[in-house]
Formats: sequence, C-alpha cells, structure tokens
Amino acid sequence: MPDGLAAHADLHGHAHDPALQHHFQTLDQQHEAATLGMWVFLVTEVMFFGGLLMAYLIYRIWYPEAWAEGSEELSIALGGFNTVVLITSSLTMALGVRSAQTGTPRATVKWLLITIALGLTFLVVKFFEYKEKWDLNHIPGPNFIFEGRPDLAPHLEIFYSLYFGLTGLHALHMVVGVSILSVVAWMAYRRRFTPNWYTPVEISGLYWHFVDVVWIFLFPLLYLVDRARQVS
Amino acid sequence: MTGHVSPKRVYYAIFASLMVLTAITVSIAFIPLGRLNFPVALSIAILKATLVVLFFMHVKYSSRLTKLICGTAFFFLLVLFGLTLSDYLSRGWYTAPGGTTGAGTRVRIGPAGAAPGER
Repeated sequence: MPDGLAAHADLHGHAHDPALQHHFQTLDQQHEAATLGMWVFLVTEVMFFGGLLMAYLIYRIWYPEAWAEGSEELSIALGGFNTVVLITSSLTMALGVRSAQTGTPRATVKWLLITIALGLTFLVVKFFEYKEKWDLNHIPGPNFIFEGRPDLAPHLEIFYSLYFGLTGLHALHMVVGVSILSVVAWMAYRRRFTPNWYTPVEISGLYWHFVDVVWIFLFPLLYLVDRARQVS
Repeated sequence: MTGHVSPKRVYYAIFASLMVLTAITVSIAFIPLGRLNFPVALSIAILKATLVVLFFMHVKYSSRLTKLICGTAFFFLLVLFGLTLSDYLSRGWYTAPGGTTGAGTRVRIGPAGAAPGER
C-alpha cells in the first residue's frame, strides 16, 4: 500500500508498512511472534485442563461402574449435536481467518458472525443439558439423588463433579471466545484488518480451535463411556 | 501478505474428515470391544485433535519453534499422565517380605466399591 507507506514516512521520517510495529524487523517476524506467544498461552491451557483430565482418569480406573452409569444419563444426541456445531464453528472460524488473509473484510465479518452464532447455539444446548441434570437432582451435593443405583451414589457424585468441572470450564472458555470474537468482528466491520495485519483474527482463531479440541476429547470421555455394555 | 493461506478445499476436506470421525467414534462406542473401547475412542479423539491443530491452527505451516512449543504441551501432558498412573496403577503389586505395602498405599483397583485407601 504505497499511500499508507508515504503517509507513514511523513510522520516518522522513515518508511515502512504502517502495520509493522517498530520493535519488529519484518511483517513475518511480527506474525511469528504473535502466533508463538498465543501458542505459549495455549500450552498453559493444556496444563490447566490436564489436571482435571488426570483426576478423571484416576477415578475412571477406580470406579468404572459409576462412570458407565453416569455416562448413560448423558444424551449422546445433544452431545453429538454440540460436537457437530463446534466442529462446524471451527470450519467457519478457519474460513474467517482465511478471508482476513486474503483481504475480504465483508467475508470476515460474515464468517465471524456465523462462528459466534454457532458458539451461542452450543451454549444454549449446554444450558438445557444442565437444566435436565438440575431437575433430576444430578448436581453433586447434599441433594444428589441417583435412583437407578443408590449404592453407587458417592462415586457418581465424583463423576458428575468432573462432568460439571470439565464442561463448565469448557463452557466458560466458550463464553470468553464468543466475547473475543464479537470484538474482532467489530474490528473487521470497521475495516481494521489487512492481509499484512490480521493478528487479532488469527490469534482468536487459535483460541477458538483450542476450545474445539478440548471438546473433541470431552465428548467421548464423558458421553461415550462403556456404551457397548448396553448392547452386549 | 503474512502467514500461509490454505486453499478452501483443504478446510472443507478437514471438516468432512472430522464429521466422519465423529460418526465413527459414536458408532464404535456401541460395539463391544471390552477393554479396547476406551483406547479406540481416545485414539480417534487424538486423530481429530491432530487434524484441527495441523490444518485449522496452521501448525503444519508454522515455524519449527511453534511446532516445538505445541509439542511441549502434549509431551508434558504425557509426563503428567504417565508418572501419575505409574503410581496409581502399580499400587499393591508388590509386598515386601514380612511387611505391608506401606501405610495407605494398598489400593484395590477395579471393582466398584473399592474405596481408595482401603486395605
């Protein structure tokens, strides 16, 4: 963009792309630093979920029967629907990043809004799943009731604690993701991004895909435990 | 232009693969494979996550440093799981002659009702 370059040169007395910040030498270096920083953050997020998954693994080995009973109460239809919704939102997010890379802001806004809508769909479905658990007294605590297998109730409370801990933490990440994407969509609407600088789209995309990856693990770990037992 | 731009068809292909793998993981869950059901479900999830990380998150086209950082996460996750399970899974395997396995370490693993810490 020669115009921007000239204008910028006037301000500073030296010429470079206006998207390039002064402490970077090239646009590629700037891009690399941003994505690398985001990845370092995502590593801490993996560790964050990792502790809960470790607890899940130990208790699943200890109480396989409670895990099978508890998992059977979860709806594969709703969980599967949410999996499809989230994977689709990852596709629209990837296409959103791509449209920012190719400099088509209208498409960026469109894809980001679809991604936000899918994220909200996921949260609404999650709300109804939680509501059902609430009505059935499947919330761990003094009022916990599990009518099918009262003998397993203490172990089922551990299963549901991990279910709510893992999905709750994941849902919190979804809320944060939707909020971030709303800001990024607004920035795209204001034509803030160019093919040389679209860092917020790229970075929030990485975050969104990470949340998708977490769900890819949570779905089989929580909804699909020992389902074959019903068949045999 | 900065960053690698993937063709749209790559994204659609990855999306289709993820959908197929989701359908497979749900179907396989209902096939009795005994102890294998869990590892199979986990392997499919790892495969799906790998597709998302490599293509949607552009790690395939990223610098070696980014790849290293990304790999670090999974390496340390394995250390966490591996070292912790090497303790929990091996409890009660061996009792020293003339002694117990040690205070509070003998945990029966498997059948429901076996509370941790039970001797």
